[in-house]
Amino acid sequence: MSDAEHPTDDGAPGDYPIDDSVSSDDEFEPIQVFPEAEEMDLRPGADNCYKCSTCDTNCPVAEVDDEFPGPKFQGPEQWRLKRQEDHDIDDSVMKCSNCMRCDSACPSEVPLSQMHNTARGEYVDEHMNKLSREYIRNRILANYRRLAPLAAAFPRTANFVMGLSVTQWIGEKTLGITSEREFPEFATETFREWWTKRGGNATSKQRAQDARAQRGDAKSQSEDKRIAYFHGCYSNYNTPEVAKALVRVYEHFGYEVMVPEQSCSGTPMFANGMLEDARRAAETNVRELAAAIEDGADIIASCSSCSMSIRQEYPELFDFEGTDDVAANTWDAVEYLRVHEDLEGELEGTSLEDESFAYHAPCHSRNQGLDGQTIEVLGAIDGIDAHDVGDSCSGISGTYGWKEENYETSMKIGEEMFEHMDDAPAETGLTECPTCSMQMEHGTGYEIKHTLEILAAALVGTDHDVDQRRGQETR
Amino acid sequence: MAIEDDVLVLGGGLAGTTAALAAADQDVQVRLVTHKQSTLRHASGLIDVLGYTPAGDGPLVDPFDALSDLPDGHPYERVGVEAVREALSFFDDVAGEAYAGAHTGANALVPTHGGTVKPTARYPASTAAGLASDDRDTLLVGFETLPDFEAPLAAAHLEAAGVPFTARGVTLSFPGIVRDDAKVTRYAHLLDQNESVSTGAGETGAREALAAAVEAHVEDESRVGFPAILGDEHAAEVRADLADALGVDVFEVPMGPPSLPGLRLEDLLYDALEDAGVRVTSGVPVVEYETGTDGDRIDHVVVDRTGSKLPHRADQYVLATGGLVGKGVRSERERVYEPLFDCHVPHAADRYDWFVDDVFGDQPYARFGLRVDRELRPLTADDEPEFSNLRAAGAVLSGYDFAAEKSGGGVSLATGYVAGTRAGEEGGE
Repeated sequence: MSDAEHPTDDGAPGDYPIDDSVSSDDEFEPIQVFPEAEEMDLRPGADNCYKCSTCDTNCPVAEVDDEFPGPKFQGPEQWRLKRQEDHDIDDSVMKCSNCMRCDSACPSEVPLSQMHNTARGEYVDEHMNKLSREYIRNRILANYRRLAPLAAAFPRTANFVMGLSVTQWIGEKTLGITSEREFPEFATETFREWWTKRGGNATSKQRAQDARAQRGDAKSQSEDKRIAYFHGCYSNYNTPEVAKALVRVYEHFGYEVMVPEQSCSGTPMFANGMLEDARRAAETNVRELAAAIEDGADIIASCSSCSMSIRQEYPELFDFEGTDDVAANTWDAVEYLRVHEDLEGELEGTSLEDESFAYHAPCHSRNQGLDGQTIEVLGAIDGIDAHDVGDSCSGISGTYGWKEENYETSMKIGEEMFEHMDDAPAETGLTECPTCSMQMEHGTGYEIKHTLEILAAALVGTDHDVDQRRGQETR
Repeated sequence: MAIEDDVLVLGGGLAGTTAALAAADQDVQVRLVTHKQSTLRHASGLIDVLGYTPAGDGPLVDPFDALSDLPDGHPYERVGVEAVREALSFFDDVAGEAYAGAHTGANALVPTHGGTVKPTARYPASTAAGLASDDRDTLLVGFETLPDFEAPLAAAHLEAAGVPFTARGVTLSFPGIVRDDAKVTRYAHLLDQNESVSTGAGETGAREALAAAVEAHVEDESRVGFPAILGDEHAAEVRADLADALGVDVFEVPMGPPSLPGLRLEDLLYDALEDAGVRVTSGVPVVEYETGTDGDRIDHVVVDRTGSKLPHRADQYVLATGGLVGKGVRSERERVYEPLFDCHVPHAADRYDWFVDDVFGDQPYARFGLRVDRELRPLTADDEPEFSNLRAAGAVLSGYDFAAEKSGGGVSLATGYVAGTRAGEEGGE
């Protein structure tokens, strides 16, 4: 290799020095070959790709659909093709489900999902007809957060209407939303309604104090034990029991819970190429969460895609003030307790009525290195037997599997997980991702729970127990 | 507080998983942390011990004859011949029926996708019917959409290499695959699930359709070789169905990356980790470490989880992060280094001495890595252990050129086994 060529190194600490102080004795003077980037510069990422195709072997879509050219094409190859004026973004980018598996697969530090997100955004922006059925449908799916409050205001009516086969038929015929799936039910009381009724932060502050007093150990006395809960849309509108479980578990450990204003995490918007919608949502979230950090809180999420989005996608795609700080201080709910408390020690000796679970680690947990966590932690509870159903993708990938044209692919991807759930000696499913849980239920008919619900049951008992205990205390 | 285990293995390839399994055998709590996916996906799935001597003599009939003559500092010399045998038998127990070759100490000769013959100690059961020492005539089947395996060329190359049989190759179109760039996982999935495909004869299962496409081309051959895409999770079943339908033995020819036999080996090893109770944390890098007060022991390492720093503490550590390709050893213009603990990597000061012009020559960079003592502890430039509780295994070690010697799998197994066993023994104290 001649000295004039740029080495194919890739961002290791202390990598290739651009300043000439180190290599002056080589008489090597780097020159600026490329003009300053006006937009996000993905060249170093593209140049890191040595085409080993490891990403392709991890792509759940390419495994079942050979018309999808795979992440290596969608990322570095397409990026290069696009340098020429005569190549537009290929429409196959819309077949990517945004599971982000390619990210943790790549042995060469190529930011694949960042490349996919920007390519998809550009495709939707420049090539998708804004009046097309597909665009309107995607916009609706991506902005579920905007419709949910309406349904949540009239949950019984909404559940009734959404459950009608005629609604599903219309959904498929007019919008291309598959009629194979049943819409998730809206809760009759959202988490935030419950939270307000319960007395909001003031109540939580008191309960945390009580818990600290009861726990007695010096470490628990700290007034700084404070978290801001990013509940996301689903545990607010659809599964408030998950959000309530989080509140109870954290208060049990003496944490005061704050519930800041928040918008959708942006995950469904990234996946649909609606980057402007995502930007607006992220701006609100970063502002509110940064303020919570300022107040001494760490950010905790119970949904694996929400935490993924805040931790990885925000810093990759946006640069609001505080974005990096918010990303660095956001945690998965169980992970945080493992690091800041002796969670497993606390769980030792707890017991629940015998129950077995078929556990699926969501792709977005996997990408955060959290795939082994649930099995490890639940192992400490007597009576609980959780079986990992393997590393395959559930196939739904958020809004992806809701689209009529993706339904079949989505179910083919899910086949392996369904088989393994069937093989596992359990009749109840367990996961941390709302849409994975929809897919698990859809494919097996099992009831699906969230890990926090099990932890809450083991540590503080059921809702009923808690209310009764407090009733006695106040009497 | 830190996440605590007795033994922490860094790296999830063949060496790392072997070390973790060997440590777990000592009844200690083991965790394996791996960042990106390992180079097993690039690997042929063959477990070589030694195909050629460092001087280039070979192919060797019995690798163990040559092991005692290896130069000082070679990983096999460090652990000793007996440890290599023990490690192989440890692997045999883990792999069970998925691998063959344990019946002999001699090397087997496995045909590769280029039509060369590779000496290897253990091979996946899927390649067993294809051995070059077997004198049965052979039909190789390639596919138009899989240009990595040019069957007629591979067959001609095998014959030119002097194999004791007639080899013939044909190229067909793969039923159910329409795109030129379908991934190998797509072929495997199609056969695994026996998906319904359209052929001239109507809709049939993918396995049946493939057998029907090949049938007319089989003449007197009693075995048929395919590129290694015959299923993933249900590979044995796929092979058996094809063999039944064709009335011949069916085998796979190992391919270049990405490689299904490598993927299957990875799955096999991770299943074994789960069974052994090893905790696995994947997708996240270790970014720093802290020593204890005396500076001699690693107290804990810090894992970066998309921005959050998570301490992991163990009594014993095994470094199995790979070589230059796996990024356990890295280089920049001025130096070659080991990025996690900055262990000493001996190399010439002038980077023009890192390589020789002959591409297939004796490349110094191929041997870059950590020097270790007989306990496999990395050594400083002054020959002192870098840390008393750190051992190294696999391609991160110096002193061997696995590509030239065909010793990659064996070194990873032997050093992983020894490092893991020692770490488990000490970590349990």
